Amino acid sequence: MKLIRDSLYMTQRHLMALWRQPFWIVFMLVQPVIWLALYGQLFRRVVELPGFHTTSYVSFLMPGVVVTNALFAGGWQGMGIIADLERGIIDRFLLTPVSRPAIIAGRILSLCVGGGVQSLILIGLGFVMGARYGSPWIGLPLLVAASMLMMAAFGALSNAMALMVRKEESVIGASNMLLLPMTFLSPIYMAKALMPEWMQKAAMANPVTWAVESGREALEAAPDWGRVIVRLMTLGAFTVLSLWVATRAFRAYQRSV
Amino acid sequence: MESQAVAAIRAEGLKKTYPGGVKALDGLSFAVAPGTVYALLGPNGAGKSTAVKVLTTLTQADAGEAVVAGLDVRRRGAEVRRMIGCVAQKSGVDANATGRENLRLQGRFYGMRGVELERRIDELLARFRLAEFADKISRTFSGGMQRKLDIAMGLIHRPAVLFLDEPTTGLDPEARSSLWNEISWLAGESGITILLTTHYLEEADKLAGRVGIVDRGRLVAEGTPEGLKSELQGDAVQVEFGEPQKEAAVRAALERVAGIGEIVVESQAVHARAQHGASAAPAILSALDQAGLRAMAVRIARPSLDDVYLHYTGRSFQEADAQLPMAGGKR
Ligand SMILES: Nc1ncnc2c1ncn2[C@@H]1O[C@H](COP(=O)(O)OP(=O)(O)OP(=O)(O)O)[C@@H](O)[C@H]1O
Ligand SMILES: [Mg+2]
Repeated sequence: MKLIRDSLYMTQRHLMALWRQPFWIVFMLVQPVIWLALYGQLFRRVVELPGFHTTSYVSFLMPGVVVTNALFAGGWQGMGIIADLERGIIDRFLLTPVSRPAIIAGRILSLCVGGGVQSLILIGLGFVMGARYGSPWIGLPLLVAASMLMMAAFGALSNAMALMVRKEESVIGASNMLLLPMTFLSPIYMAKALMPEWMQKAAMANPVTWAVESGREALEAAPDWGRVIVRLMTLGAFTVLSLWVATRAFRAYQRSV
Repeated sequence: MESQAVAAIRAEGLKKTYPGGVKALDGLSFAVAPGTVYALLGPNGAGKSTAVKVLTTLTQADAGEAVVAGLDVRRRGAEVRRMIGCVAQKSGVDANATGRENLRLQGRFYGMRGVELERRIDELLARFRLAEFADKISRTFSGGMQRKLDIAMGLIHRPAVLFLDEPTTGLDPEARSSLWNEISWLAGESGITILLTTHYLEEADKLAGRVGIVDRGRLVAEGTPEGLKSELQGDAVQVEFGEPQKEAAVRAALERVAGIGEIVVESQAVHARAQHGASAAPAILSALDQAGLRAMAVRIARPSLDDVYLHYTGRSFQEADAQLPMAGGKR
């Protein structure tokens, strides 16, 4: 199908550009590695409080860092489409018979591939730092899948916003304002039971929570599969909605040319 | 217009107002015969790019009709896109990819594959003298090379109609004349129809068989570059004599020639305006000869497209351009 083929060609284009700047992949990982190492040390003893189902804070933190990294990787993706808009590349694509959704789909797919590799690196680092789980062989793939859904969802929303505002500064501003609070309004660093009541409520409505909780649950020795599935499905639905928003934004862009 | 029925491009009464009330097109109509080069000439903000965007399906007109390669642009956009190539005003080169990768991706969108695609890429790289740089990241290309890569991408699928929106703007004179050669070659050898927009009178004159002058979203004049120039009051004709002549004799001789006016006689020369200088010259010479007046030299000064522009818009080209300095920047 043309949509799939064109999406793969687009994915290849983005991955090729990424491949040419390997330094950038490393650069992108600096921040999550710092979280893992620094917060891992700083909060080492909070697991002594009730509410954490583990005695190792790194084990608790690692899925959170993977999801946070996915959130940021997705949230900043709109910058790329602004560069392409400014260079006239999007308009050139629109002049060809290329499948329209492939222009967005290629960006999301390449993000999931590149970001997926980052997730694997972070998981590896987590293990080096001592993270251990009851059922890693089922849990880790699901954690990576959840991180990819996060990237797809926030990548789509970021692209949608970029297509609407078309200014790098606005995307930077909005991302800075939204992404960081989202990580604190979720059980990334702190067990949910230990959060203030209102924060727990906010966290329940936060996709970051859905992703990190499904990942952590799936890593337990005896996962509560109901919890995992409900969270993954909610995240999936949110991703589909985000993708729909992105295609709407793209159509709006097309009308404004 | 014999070209109407089979025109490769036909625009009729195109109108488009952008949000904010800018009337970019205000009833633009023109037609381009297959296999010819047509230039839309106009200052910043005249509506040239908007016309190209409508004709290439990138945007829709509010009113009017456009047919490209026999297909209605509004109703059969997808088919139109397969028939046309377009080089937008802004370069669309992916700076992070090599020249070859840019061409390959473009070809794939048209369903080209494998050996056929690679062969076509090599052909175009050679054609535009880019072969040497084919595998270099195009960020390193000069402006002229990027523009050539743009055109090569527009041609990858052998389109029947090619749109070039200000192909040489911003290039240095050397790169410009090199690109002119490529465009002339395309027009001459490949039978493709080319619609070109330009700010440069010289460019329209050099490349296009027909020129349409656009001002404020409508066509104000149209014709061959030569035809447009001869539609002006006429050419300046100047005859020099080897020795002083009697004014009355000179005047009497010239007044017998049809289509001659504004005769000014000096002692050793005469100035006049001729409807069509080139054909009037022999008649002038033979009339002078019959009267026994020996001419040393004849000079015919053709009006430039600059004069034509002035004539139809009431503004000189430079003036019109200066009035809308910001227009080109808005997107
Ligand atoms: N997307 C847009 N939104 C709003 N206004 C626009 C848009 N594109 C063009 N315009 C306006 O429409 C008018 C015509 O613009 P257009 O780009 O067609 O002119 P042009 O003849 O190509 O000019 P130039 O020589 O500067 O390229 C200008 O006033 C321009 O500012
Ligand atoms: Mg323009």
